[in-house]
Amino acid sequence: MPAVSKGDGMRGLAVFISDIRNCKSKEAEIKRINKELANIRSKFKGDKALDGYSKKKYVCKLLFIFLLGHDIDFGHMEAVNLLSSNRYTEKQIGYLFISVLVNSNSELIRLINNAIKNDLASRNPTFMGLALHCIANVGSREMAEAFAGEVPKILVAGDTMDSVKQSAALCLLRLYRTSPDLVPMGDWTSRVVHLLNDQHLGVVTAATSLITTLAQKNPEEFKTSVSLAVSRLSRIVTSASTDLQDYTYYFVPAPWLSVKLLRLLQCYPPPEDPAVRGRLTECLETILNKAQEPPKSKKVQHSNAKNAVLFEAISLIIHHDSEPNLLVRACNQLGQFLQHRETNLRYLALESMCTLASSEFSHEAVKTHIDTVINALKTERDVSVRQRAVDLLYAMCDRSNAQQIVAEMLSYLETADYSIREEIVLKVAILAEKYAVDYAWYVDTILNLIRIAGDYVSEEVWYRVIQIVINRDDVQGYAAKTVFEALQAPACHENLVKVGGYILGEFGNLIAGDPRSSPLVQFNLLHSKFHLCSVPTRALLLSTYIKFVNLFPEVKTTIQDVLRSDSQLKNADVELQQRAVEYLRLSTVASTDILATVLEEMPPFPERESSILAKLKKKKGPSTVTDLEDTKRERSVDVNGGPEPAPASTSAASTPSPSADLLGLGAAPAAPAGPPPSSGGGLLVDVFSDSASAVAPLAPGSEDNFARFVCKNNGVLFENQLLQIGLKSEFRQNLGRMFIFYGNKTSTQFLNFTPTLICPDDLQSRLNLQTKPVDPTVDGGAQVQQVVNIECVSDFTEAPVLNIQFRYGGTFQNVSVQLPITLNKFFQPTEMSSQDFFQRWKQLSNPQQEVQNIFKAKHPMDTEITKAKIIGFGSALLEEVDPNPANFVGAGIIHTKTTQIGCLLRLEPNLQAQMYRLTLRTSKETVSQRLCELLSQQF
Amino acid sequence: MIKAILIFSNQGKPWLSKFYQPYSEDTQQQIIGETFHLVSKRDENVCNFLEGGLLIGRSDNKLIYRHYATLYFVFYVDSSESELGIFDLIQVFVETLDKCFENVCELDLIFHVDKVHNILVEMVMGGMVLETNMNEIVTQIDTQNKLEKSEADSQLSTCLHPQGGQSLKCEQCRKEYI
Repeated sequence: MPAVSKGDGMRGLAVFISDIRNCKSKEAEIKRINKELANIRSKFKGDKALDGYSKKKYVCKLLFIFLLGHDIDFGHMEAVNLLSSNRYTEKQIGYLFISVLVNSNSELIRLINNAIKNDLASRNPTFMGLALHCIANVGSREMAEAFAGEVPKILVAGDTMDSVKQSAALCLLRLYRTSPDLVPMGDWTSRVVHLLNDQHLGVVTAATSLITTLAQKNPEEFKTSVSLAVSRLSRIVTSASTDLQDYTYYFVPAPWLSVKLLRLLQCYPPPEDPAVRGRLTECLETILNKAQEPPKSKKVQHSNAKNAVLFEAISLIIHHDSEPNLLVRACNQLGQFLQHRETNLRYLALESMCTLASSEFSHEAVKTHIDTVINALKTERDVSVRQRAVDLLYAMCDRSNAQQIVAEMLSYLETADYSIREEIVLKVAILAEKYAVDYAWYVDTILNLIRIAGDYVSEEVWYRVIQIVINRDDVQGYAAKTVFEALQAPACHENLVKVGGYILGEFGNLIAGDPRSSPLVQFNLLHSKFHLCSVPTRALLLSTYIKFVNLFPEVKTTIQDVLRSDSQLKNADVELQQRAVEYLRLSTVASTDILATVLEEMPPFPERESSILAKLKKKKGPSTVTDLEDTKRERSVDVNGGPEPAPASTSAASTPSPSADLLGLGAAPAAPAGPPPSSGGGLLVDVFSDSASAVAPLAPGSEDNFARFVCKNNGVLFENQLLQIGLKSEFRQNLGRMFIFYGNKTSTQFLNFTPTLICPDDLQSRLNLQTKPVDPTVDGGAQVQQVVNIECVSDFTEAPVLNIQFRYGGTFQNVSVQLPITLNKFFQPTEMSSQDFFQRWKQLSNPQQEVQNIFKAKHPMDTEITKAKIIGFGSALLEEVDPNPANFVGAGIIHTKTTQIGCLLRLEPNLQAQMYRLTLRTSKETVSQRLCELLSQQF
Repeated sequence: MIKAILIFSNQGKPWLSKFYQPYSEDTQQQIIGETFHLVSKRDENVCNFLEGGLLIGRSDNKLIYRHYATLYFVFYVDSSESELGIFDLIQVFVETLDKCFENVCELDLIFHVDKVHNILVEMVMGGMVLETNMNEIVTQIDTQNKLEKSEADSQLSTCLHPQGGQSLKCEQCRKEYI
């Protein structure tokens, strides 16, 4: 009998769906849906109580409508009501509706939680299963708060049914994922580990998933799972496939469980116990052996399942990276797969080999497959496979094969899919630099990159080639000659003009001896491109021209004529105009000596992390690149004459852009210093950062800066390469005034400069902020001031956010910082005697009035600094009040427009343990809480 | 972890979507559209794994799909899942549907979306694989159906048909409720 008989579906539902399917147009569909929604709404609102069947039918209709992409704004309450039904059918459809339609922050959660609580307590396994599913699917914080204590009990209780145990394990896993702080570790953890021995393989599978996630965060606590997992795995691997009955899938014993167990073992280093280790090695060997045996079935499912286990075993071998014998076998196995007829296997083999390439033992073995991989790059029909091939070539590259690999990547680049071109460009640029023995080769490679895929060559790439040419005098002449030749092409990419302009401006003299590249020829060549270029490139070329004036006095007049022409001196673009004026003046007034000093050759750049590598990391996520780089760095010998480029912690943004040095005269860099927001590609945030109205996420480090202002009123709140924000503020009773200073650190104007104060909804009624807009233009080097008048209406917790948006050199900038207006700013200190203090202390003895925090000292425990901080916090520091002289006691009143709140505080340092205990007592719970939070961060 | 499970037709009509991570309704629809765009232009017999779309997050999410006749089954997973494992799981899902519906076809999924959800619930929970044993899943679904049937039978006496006392299975009664 089929489990779902076709006859007894719901006819009303079927009719409705057929209607929708017959709709000829989108309009007709919408019309039919609206009619149905109106019908259902009236049925739900009607007086007549609906029976379960109808409710179910209507809810199914709503689900269907939702799936078609229409909003459902009613029916939630009906669904919640269904949860408390005693009928399975009704309950089930209620839960289904909720798991599909209710998102985690719905207001209904409390009602839902109640129903779930009842079902969990019902001891009816079906109901419990439904409830656990619902928790796992919604997985919100409120649910975690309500059930994180209960679910572990269900999981380890002796009398829980297997199916419920399975659900409980995964439910707990979900709660741990969303709110790890709410899942208490306790006795249950050791009993969960023993579920690995459970009779029921479904329970073991679920438990393995749970333990894997828990072990990643608490490896010590779950260490015992290693030996249990090994023995379980060994029993599966060595069993005859029939032993496991239903868990055998196309003649492969429990493939999913094997995969999960192998994943769990990847959380740990190789087992220390030799017996366990031996048994594991045996398992892995058996799995590798089985791959060579003839298949037990011709079905593709059989080989898929077998290979799923095999790939996971290989991952574990690579992860342990300790048994050379196994590593070589793994590598050979992957080598076989590289030529397998199944595309999926070729894909996975390329992917696994990437990780294998970074292993000390097998790097050489991986390299033997280079021809196969290059062939894959050329012949694979599928872009996702080709992309893996690129990754693997990148990973297996070293000095011995760099020239070959770079050449292959370059030739692939000509036909590569647009989606992966930028990444290939970055990879080629990195490899060419890293393994360059001959820098002429390096320069050729980068110029080729620009020729083939100029649009995908980001600023980082051409900055880098210039840095390297400037730092290595053996390549300068060659570079000048090569760019000169490349510029001869009738159509060349703008990036080439930039590189060419810069290099000829610095080293054009090295090739000027040849009459074919005499100064005038060089100048005319560059100037022939000038009018086709964008403003930043033209600005760069103007700098090249003034450098020429110094290098080649014979072309001075020609260049002065160009600078003097109306198209330069009266150019609509301020930047170009300014350069033309200043350079022209400089060339006329300055003596040759001064010119030679001002326009001297660029000094070498300090060695720093390649900004290209930083960019690739940003693009691919730090983990993927760093691992490879780190391991490789140890092997490779330094050719750069400087440190290898790879400290993982430096981010792209903090690497100063070489273009800042470009212009020698202190004029603004033509390009933005950080990577422009739109060039990252591939990242979700970047998609959104294009829209000018989006508020930037809080700037990194802004939390720290915020904390620094709790006990002081003046200082620098934020600083990056472009902008500095300073604060000065004063507070009296419930009023305050804050001066915000915005400093433009560059020499270019900020346009459309708009700072906005944003108060979260709740804060708006509690804190009044008034300010006037500032001038939308901030000149280079200038500072503008904004005054904010502050009134505290009632006590508050959150802080307003200051969002600043502006245009700088054509890119949109967006910065957000928290503005340090905190509750303690409205403190007025109160002096009192010891007796008064303790009398008031006792009056505030309600449990809600006291908040206490015990925490580790983050700074050295210095008495004087602590005193200064308490006074800076705003309260009075009361001497000789506490019987223990080591303790600090303070008192004050928080002034708000509506009330005044008396506050007492006591800080007890424990030097030995390097801990503090901070106690706050005020008449209002939220105030105690907030003040305690604020002050705790300070020590 | 499985982030999302989607089933859509060759024309891109979604017949099932289940997200195990909160996305707004609009984003859900956009992800479905983007996924269809990614998958539908691929040839048969190419690789079944590819990087996720922009919306769902590219670098840490993989898209694993299978194409059966008129339907695409797509799973979005993070790096903690085995690609081939999920690939097989789709097969188990389809085989289970086939057992439960007897030669499952696209129309079954359309007209019994609740049943499809129930089957999925037995296999995947909160983004983790719950059960891979087909027989176990089918048994669970059978039990549910029996429960449903017995409840429907017991409801006969409470049928409030205007003419009184008729079975819910009666066409007359049904029409009333349509």
